[in-house]
Amino acid sequence: MGNGTRLGRVRGLGSSHHGSHHWLQQRLTALGNVLLVTWLFVSLLRLPLDDHAAVHRWASNPTVALALILLVISVFWHFRLGLQVLIEDYVHGEAMRLLAIVALNFYAIGGAAYGIFAIVRIALVPVAGVPGGM
Amino acid sequence: MAVSILHRISGDGLAIAGALMFLWWLGALAAGPDAYAAFVACVWHDPSPEIGLFHQITNILGKVVLVGLTWAFFQHLFSGLRHFVLDTGAGYELKTNKLWSTLVMVGAVLATTATWLYIAKEALNG
Repeated sequence: MGNGTRLGRVRGLGSSHHGSHHWLQQRLTALGNVLLVTWLFVSLLRLPLDDHAAVHRWASNPTVALALILLVISVFWHFRLGLQVLIEDYVHGEAMRLLAIVALNFYAIGGAAYGIFAIVRIALVPVAGVPGGM
Repeated sequence: MAVSILHRISGDGLAIAGALMFLWWLGALAAGPDAYAAFVACVWHDPSPEIGLFHQITNILGKVVLVGLTWAFFQHLFSGLRHFVLDTGAGYELKTNKLWSTLVMVGAVLATTATWLYIAKEALNG
């Protein structure tokens, strides 16, 4: 270290040229969240939430199911990025930080997969008396 | 300052408590009427005449978490919209910045109160 050009000294050490990518994705998913989560929030207020048949009928509508899948992708990607920054700021030590980032990725990707699978199941499996759990 | 740390706190709350609650709800909805009823009995209201101690606690806890999530949603939404404005390079003057920070925090509390007054009204009307 200490030799070479200024660019050569920093190359490979950080997120050069990737920082703006992270920043932009955070904003794009934020915009998606504003639309989709506001829609979900209003929907939840208007739905009879204790009535399984009614909620299931709503969620199995193709447009609603599609919007819910988009919501899961947008929200889970957004918080994966957000919690990543949080870990980078507050978790110190190489090993702990790596472990936290791995756990975050498992949580975000696993959670999104679970959510999308549930939505697809709601949309495609006919209601009532279906065996098995989720 | 305060609005910045609240953006993180509300974001974390939504990412962990909010996302898990959402997935629990979706999973129960997909699993069928019995699983869904069990979810509602745990988080919101157990309709059985003699409610066990566990559900008495979780029914209260569920509402506390949902009120918290409502606040976190509005706080993060309003604060996030503020960030969109700041991203354009506007609103950094000390007075303007302070004004909008305060408005975000007051707005979130007001919107949360309005939401739960609406829910309470709907519940009373049947």
